[in-house]
Amino acid sequence: MKNGLRDVLQAETPEAVYMARRRYLKWLGIATASWSLSACAEQNDAVDIAAGTHVSVDSDPFTAEDPLTRFEDATSYNNFYEFGTGKSDPRRYASQLRTTPWEIEVSGMVEQPHTFSLTELLPVEERVERVYRLRCVEAWSMVIPWIGVPLANVIARCRPTSEARFVSFESLADPNQMPGVRSSALDWPYTEALRMDEAMHPLTLLATGMYRRDLPAQNGAPIRLVVPWKYGFKSIKSIKRIRFTREQPETTWNRMQPSEYGFYANVNPEVDHPRWSQRSERRLAGDGNRAFAPRVPTLPFNGYAAQVAGLYRDMDLRTWF
Amino acid sequence: MRFRRETAIALLAHGLALAPLLWLSQAVFAEALGADPVAELTRYSGQAAVIFLLLSLSARPLRMLTQWQWPLRLRRMLGLWAFTWASLHLLVYAVLDLGGYWPQLAEDLLKRPYITVGAIVWLLLLALAATSTKASVRRLGRHWKSLHRLVFVAAPLALAHAIWQEKTGLGDAVWQAPLLAVLLMTRWVAWIDGSRKQRSQ
Repeated sequence: MKNGLRDVLQAETPEAVYMARRRYLKWLGIATASWSLSACAEQNDAVDIAAGTHVSVDSDPFTAEDPLTRFEDATSYNNFYEFGTGKSDPRRYASQLRTTPWEIEVSGMVEQPHTFSLTELLPVEERVERVYRLRCVEAWSMVIPWIGVPLANVIARCRPTSEARFVSFESLADPNQMPGVRSSALDWPYTEALRMDEAMHPLTLLATGMYRRDLPAQNGAPIRLVVPWKYGFKSIKSIKRIRFTREQPETTWNRMQPSEYGFYANVNPEVDHPRWSQRSERRLAGDGNRAFAPRVPTLPFNGYAAQVAGLYRDMDLRTWF
Repeated sequence: MRFRRETAIALLAHGLALAPLLWLSQAVFAEALGADPVAELTRYSGQAAVIFLLLSLSARPLRMLTQWQWPLRLRRMLGLWAFTWASLHLLVYAVLDLGGYWPQLAEDLLKRPYITVGAIVWLLLLALAATSTKASVRRLGRHWKSLHRLVFVAAPLALAHAIWQEKTGLGDAVWQAPLLAVLLMTRWVAWIDGSRKQRSQ
């Protein structure tokens, strides 16, 4: 049986909410349909997408058809080294993270450096829902419904100058809230970056929620990047700083092991990780016994080639992996 | 009396060795292994193989330390459990994880050094398991001992295989590698000692 958004939400929500959402789901495929998420108000953690806000829904490719990952799996198994290197560490320790108040410092090649509040930078009325495949560099993948604002909108609000060619992001790195930061597993703070055209692409999202709830702390609350055609480590979590630069910024995994993790990190079945193949992936989704879930082939640009391959037209993707 | 104590120890050891396998089988069907059970099964079975390998290598040093007889009597069984877990590890990887993706499996075995090393370890353990019977000990005579010294090659290679696939750090090899080093050193010191005595005689 196909484990669609419908089934997952049914498992997560009371019947009345489910029926309201069913009506909403009928509108899927109609570009920019709107639906009130007031039904979410009863969830005590749904502060951001609270009563009265609207979520617009885009059609494919912004909404993948693949069966969804279970909410429980997407929130209990991931990499977030600030909380430890084990995949269950984020859920175990992330409750120590304080996400309110949360400000984001914007600097570098901008008309005016400024510190924004979360809602200033990501107004609620701009929030959209997107179902994206998320492919980890470790060769497993999930399918997750995100809520967020296209990064392009946010960049417009930051007003970068014409000199800005890259945008970099920094995570919070507070040893008092994040036990992993007390170890030297990585160089803190975690840093990631995109070329400006990648950042402006309509698929690139700054997410504040998933599964129609606020982002759980372990998934990068209160704000994280989602770049669905790149390996998951590019999608930096719990962002505190955004900086516009002329030169290509250093990024965490690339600096740590440049032969294994490139700056671009586009999903590419033809370019192996030096230690393992990237030809296929364990798809952690659907509703059968997880131990017997079938492996799926990895697609160029994680299946988003039609939308993004043009960004890399003149580049040798073996060199610029 | 002695017989009964050793039977009890053997039964206890078999029970302890069997328990994790029974627990793991039920966990697969109860879906108690988290979001990525194939990764968890791979990790668990590989770790179990290393641990049984370390236990089997502890038998002789324990005997030297304590003069107890039973560690050596358990050694074959511990080695066979190491081989069993190594085989399960290989099956999980080849069937549950890469099942159907045979060209990728072939490519992994040939192109990825840590997987090649893992396959070599399994072949070494296969050779040792296949010659573990009393009949083999008789048939191979003095060659049996030389053949079974291959475990001193297999164990470090197994740890290299485990460390190699870690993204950062050493994983459980943090304590296993020093333990293995101590176990191998004990044997080496005893061996030097033995050959010196032989020469002085």
